[in-house]
Amino acid sequence: MLNQYETVFIATPVLSENQMKEAVQKFKKIITENEGDIVHEENWGLKKLAYPIQKKSTGFYYLIEFKGEGSLVEKLEVQYRRDERIIRFLTFRMEKFAIEYAEKKRKQKESGKTKEE
Amino acid sequence: MAQNESEIRYLTPPTVEVKKKKYCRFKKNRIKYIDYKDPEFLKKFLNDQGKILPRRITGTSLKYQRKVAKSIKRARHIALLPYVTDLLK
Repeated sequence: MLNQYETVFIATPVLSENQMKEAVQKFKKIITENEGDIVHEENWGLKKLAYPIQKKSTGFYYLIEFKGEGSLVEKLEVQYRRDERIIRFLTFRMEKFAIEYAEKKRKQKESGKTKEE
Repeated sequence: MAQNESEIRYLTPPTVEVKKKKYCRFKKNRIKYIDYKDPEFLKKFLNDQGKILPRRITGTSLKYQRKVAKSIKRARHIALLPYVTDLLK
């Protein structure tokens, strides 16, 4: 069984909306091209950082959950490091409770939305 | 013997404090996964300087203390929590 991973990256706040979309597309492409399967993605938008990174106090957060080989993570992280737009990233393997939690959270969100509508 | 013991008198009556038993909130509420994306929740396990509180204060069981620590460290890396600070909260 393939492992499920979760990756979050912070992009510089100087990017325009289109540039941000482009960056997201680029990393999604890396995942799909390396036989990864995107399970979920979330845009947290512009957030204030708890401490400055590269002299920046805000950043665009983006989260992707995906299934894939471990070698894919390595490739993805190399791309993160090479990309100047990315100021911080975090990737880790989701254990079964993490997957359960993420699914539950998503369902709650969905049901909340339908109620509002 | 038993009678003698009962006759012991104290100058100041001994204060018998009933200590509130600490418990592990994760075991009690059956929380299995601690989310690093929720800094407000994780702040309960930090002191004012942003240091992780020991188990003897929070009462968390060892199993979950490890998970708390891991989540806090992840949150710090992704700048949701500060590494060092003053007057957190």
